[in-house]
Amino acid sequence: MSHWIIAPILIPALAGMLLLLEVRERHQLRRVTGLLSASALLAVAVLLWQQAADGSITVYRLGNWAAPFGIVLVLDRLSALMLLLTALLAFPALLYACRGDDRKGANFHGLFQFQLMGINGAFLTGDLFNLFVFFEVLLIASYGLALHGRGRARVKAGLHYVVLNLVGSALFLIALGLIYGTTGTLNMADFAVKAQALSGSDHTLLRVAVLLLWVVFGLKAALFPLYFWLPATYANATAAVAALFAIMTKVGLYAILRVYALAFASGPLAGLGRHALWALALTTLVLAAIGALGAKRLGTLVAYLVVMSVGTLLAAFSYGQLQAVGPALYYLLHSTMICAALFLLTDLVARGRGEAGDTIAAGPAIPHGGVLAVLFFAAAIAVAGLPPLSGFLGKVALMQAVPVPLYWALLLLAGLVGVIGLSRAGSSLFWRTLGPGDGVRPGRQRLLALLLLLAMVLALTLWAQPVLQATASVAGQLQQPQHYIQAVLPGGAS
Amino acid sequence: MELLVAVIIGVLVSTGIYLCLRARTFPVVMGLTLLGYGVNLFLFAMGGLKIDRVAVVGLNSDPTDPLPQALVLTAIVIGFAMTAFLLVLALRSQGEHHTDHVDGDDEGDREGRR
Repeated sequence: MSHWIIAPILIPALAGMLLLLEVRERHQLRRVTGLLSASALLAVAVLLWQQAADGSITVYRLGNWAAPFGIVLVLDRLSALMLLLTALLAFPALLYACRGDDRKGANFHGLFQFQLMGINGAFLTGDLFNLFVFFEVLLIASYGLALHGRGRARVKAGLHYVVLNLVGSALFLIALGLIYGTTGTLNMADFAVKAQALSGSDHTLLRVAVLLLWVVFGLKAALFPLYFWLPATYANATAAVAALFAIMTKVGLYAILRVYALAFASGPLAGLGRHALWALALTTLVLAAIGALGAKRLGTLVAYLVVMSVGTLLAAFSYGQLQAVGPALYYLLHSTMICAALFLLTDLVARGRGEAGDTIAAGPAIPHGGVLAVLFFAAAIAVAGLPPLSGFLGKVALMQAVPVPLYWALLLLAGLVGVIGLSRAGSSLFWRTLGPGDGVRPGRQRLLALLLLLAMVLALTLWAQPVLQATASVAGQLQQPQHYIQAVLPGGAS
Repeated sequence: MELLVAVIIGVLVSTGIYLCLRARTFPVVMGLTLLGYGVNLFLFAMGGLKIDRVAVVGLNSDPTDPLPQALVLTAIVIGFAMTAFLLVLALRSQGEHHTDHVDGDDEGDREGRR
C-alpha cells in the first residue's frame, strides 16, 4: 500500500506546525518553510496524478480499519486532478505573498498551510463526516486568511462570511445526522450502496438530507441565492489569499460532483435535486453577469467572474449527462487559474495607482503600466472566453457537451457582458489617467508569480487536446461508481 | 421521550434561527450557539434513544450506538472553537466600527426606527 496518498495532508500539517514554532521575526525562514512545503506538495501531486492516471483507485485505510468502520482516503482521477490544481495554484500565490503581504499579520504562513491541508483533505477523504471536519479545517484557516491585514472592510466582510459558514456547518451536521440515522453509515461508498435500498419514510428523510447537502455545498460553491458573501469577502481579502480562495468555491463543486456521481447517477434516487441545481446554476450565471457589469472595483468584478464560473460549471454538472463533466473539468482548471491570476493583477494595478486603488474610475497613471495593461488584456481575453485562449476552448467544449439552447444563450450572453465589463474596467484603469500618481511600479517577484499563473493558462491552451482527454478520462471514471465502491468495500456491501 | 427531545430540538433551533436573524452581533452569536446545541442534540438522537444503556458492547444486552456520541464530541469541539473565534471577531468589529451592528453601520437601522 502506498503511503503517498496521505502526504498532501501531512506535508502542510507538519509545515504549519513548524511555522507556529518558528520565531516570528525570522521572515525569511518562514518563507522558505512555506515555499518548500508548497513545492513538495506540487511534487507529490504530480506523483499521485501519475499513479491515478492509469485508472486505478487507491484506498488508504487510516489505522488500517476496514471501511465502512474506519475512515478511508480515496485517490481516484478526480481527487488527483483537484490536488494537482491546488498545488499548482498554491505555489504562485505563496510566492506573491512572500514579497511583503505575509508580514501584515502574525501567522500568515501557518494559516496558509492549514488552509492547504483542509483543501487537500476535502479532496481525498472517502467519508462524509471526515469531509465535514476538513471543511471546518479549511474554513477556520480561511477566516484567519480573509481577515489577514485587517482593515474595516475586511472585518465587516469577514463577519458575514464567518456567520454564514457557521450556519452552513449546522445544516451540514443535520444532513449528516439524517444520513446516519437512515442508512447507518457515513462512508461515501457504503452510503451509495445503502441509499439505493431504502424505502418508505427513511427514503423521504434521506431525500431531505441530500437536499440539505446540496444547500451546504451550494453555499461553499457560492450558488444563488447563497453567493452574496463572496464578492465582498474576495474583493477585500489580500491578493494572494483571494488567489488561493479561487479554489475554495471549487471544493463545493467537487463535493457536489463526488456525491452525485457516486450515489445519484442511477438507481431509484437518480437525479435528486438535479433540476433545482440546473435552474439555480443558470440564475447564478445571469446574476453574476449583472454584478460584473455593475462592479465599482476591479476586485469585485473579478469576484463576480468567479461566481460566473461557478454557474457555468454547475449547470454542466447538473445537466444530467456525465459526458459534460469532462469539458466542465477543463473549464474548472482554466477558470481557477485565470481568476487567481486576475486577483494578483488587480493587486498590482491597485499598488500602481496608489490611493485610487482598484476603483474603476479615472485615476493616476501606473508607473510602467504598459506591462500590466498587456497582461490585463491577455487575461481578459482568456477569462471572457474569446479566441484564441483556453477560455474559448473550454466554452466551445462545454457547449458541444451541453446542447441546450438556453445554456448556449446564457453562456454567450454572460461572455458578452464579461467583455463589456472588462473593457470598461481596462479602459478606465489604463487609459483615463490624470497624470503621474504616488503608486509603485510592479516588483519582479510579484510579476513572476502572476506570469507563472498566466503561463499555466497558456499551457492549458497549447496542450488543450491532452488536457481535455485527461479530463474526459476523469469523467469516464466517474461514470462507473461501481469501481469506486468495489475499491473501498472489497468484500461487497456489509 | 422522543416527543420531548423533538420539542427541545425544535425550540432550540427555532430560537437559534430567530436570534441569527437579529442585526446585532451578540444575539447572532447566542443564536449560533443555540443552533449548535439543537444540532448536537439532533445528532445524538440519530443513534436511537435508549435510557440507562452504556455504549460498550458486552456490558449489557442492548448497548446504545457509540458513533453518534463520537460525532457529537467532534461537533462540540469544532463549534466551541468557532464560537470563540466569532466572539473575538465581533469584538474586533465593534472596535473598528464603534457599533455592534452586523453591517458595521447602523445608519439605516436608526432611520428605519424614526
